[in-house]
Amino acid sequence: MHIFLTIDWFVIIEKAILISVIIGVSLLVAMYETYAERKVAAVIQDRHGPNRAGPFGIFQPLADGLKLFMKEEIVPNLSNKFLFILGPGVAMLTAMMTSAVVPWSGNIHAFGRDIPLQIADVNIGILYIFGVVSMGVYGVMIGGWASNNKFSLLAAIRGASQIISYELAMGLTLIAVLMLTGSLSLRTIVEQQLDNTYYVAYQPLGFLIFLVCAFAECNRTPFDLSEAESELNFGYHQEYSSMKLGFYLFAEYVNMFISSAVMATIFWGGYDIPFLNDVNFGLHHGQNLLAALEAICLFLKICIFVFFFMWVRWTVPRFRYDQLMNLGWKTLIPLAILNMLVTGFVVLYHHIGHF
Amino acid sequence: MQALTSKAKQVERKPMTFWEKLYIPAIAKGMYITFGHIFKKKPTISYPEQTRPFSPVFRGVQVLNRDEEGRERCTACGLCAVACPAEAITMEAAERLPGEENLYREEKYAVKYEINMLRCIFCGLCEEACPKDAVYLSETMVPSNYNRKTFIYGKQELLIPNPLTDPEAFAKAKGNRPEKNS
Repeated sequence: MHIFLTIDWFVIIEKAILISVIIGVSLLVAMYETYAERKVAAVIQDRHGPNRAGPFGIFQPLADGLKLFMKEEIVPNLSNKFLFILGPGVAMLTAMMTSAVVPWSGNIHAFGRDIPLQIADVNIGILYIFGVVSMGVYGVMIGGWASNNKFSLLAAIRGASQIISYELAMGLTLIAVLMLTGSLSLRTIVEQQLDNTYYVAYQPLGFLIFLVCAFAECNRTPFDLSEAESELNFGYHQEYSSMKLGFYLFAEYVNMFISSAVMATIFWGGYDIPFLNDVNFGLHHGQNLLAALEAICLFLKICIFVFFFMWVRWTVPRFRYDQLMNLGWKTLIPLAILNMLVTGFVVLYHHIGHF
Repeated sequence: MQALTSKAKQVERKPMTFWEKLYIPAIAKGMYITFGHIFKKKPTISYPEQTRPFSPVFRGVQVLNRDEEGRERCTACGLCAVACPAEAITMEAAERLPGEENLYREEKYAVKYEINMLRCIFCGLCEEACPKDAVYLSETMVPSNYNRKTFIYGKQELLIPNPLTDPEAFAKAKGNRPEKNS
């Protein structure tokens, strides 16, 4: 009884609503990312793309989803059944969990309270993202191993080693950013960029490395070696069918959405509206309108990144495995260390004024 | 080894220059090209809504023609069946009874007229052989089907709609083919 009295029920309700909205939005966005991917592929290849289901084919993702649900669910005889079903679940779970620390907009003012549009403003936000993203390897690894298929296992190992290698460079670039921000909380990082220069201006090389690593983490095309359809028969999800396959494909698109959000947040000012003094605007037109505009602004930034992901996918061919590893270990990591050292020197110089 | 032609080109295998090793310029160039393709005109034709015009000499599925008064022209002479290299045409003749003058133009008519569309090679020789302009090849194609029997077209499928009772369907079946002078 005592515990129930001390809990702030408003916080729980507000977080529950926020979580369901964000999960719903990320799933919806992932759905329409599949549609957008096919459309972008089509226009880049001088085709029309899906245009039969509804006007401009906008019901195509629904039709695809229905198809995936209707398909026969096959579990291979000699697979490890528990892990086989766990694999796609883990992939989906880790993809959805990352969105917890991303600040989607400024505070909204309702029911006499300031409600932050962020599920959890933990002060180790970036570390949390890293922890969850690296758990994404398990989805690939478990799926590939449980399939009891050599190709799937090979693909899973390739995917895991790729993700681990690129995570190093990603972490090193973030260290450089953290030296500038002095905080690991994503909300603080965004607030520092509000009406200020974005961190991409201070860290162009860091952003580039982070972008390349994000491609590798999402298993997107120049680095989609773990699902190489020409070499490994679709890699780790070869044995999957029906919605379990759908979960793997869906997790990739959710990952893409979330990593776009993270990139926009860390390097491109998050929910800051460019060319506009957000605080002044909020004072004149009300906080809620500002929050709505900021959320739309962040969403637009994410859309631009997602388009970029797709644009690269239909331009750049897949890397060979040795090229991938050379790029990761011999180019990106030294560059990231260099970036880190230079940033460290500059920050120190500003701090003490002289050497 | 002696090259057979002068067209053989030695493949260059020199190591990449620094500029090439950067990858980024080459990728940027490629992405510029693919971005340009977004605004290119698409050559696709959305088929059921849009159709490509046929050539004036296109030979599609046969049509049994009627004259201006809606009477069947065919007299079941059998010249088309003789001319047919694929032996796709069969027919049965019958005599016109009194009172059927508004249905058949001549005293003799085809009571059964069948073309096997699986045998037909759409050469157009039946059209050339016909002395009465009764059979000609239209601009439509044979639709696909799961059942072989449905490809044996009888009079029901072949006969053109009556121009007096259903002029629209007649015009549609007739198509834009230029009239033959004979």
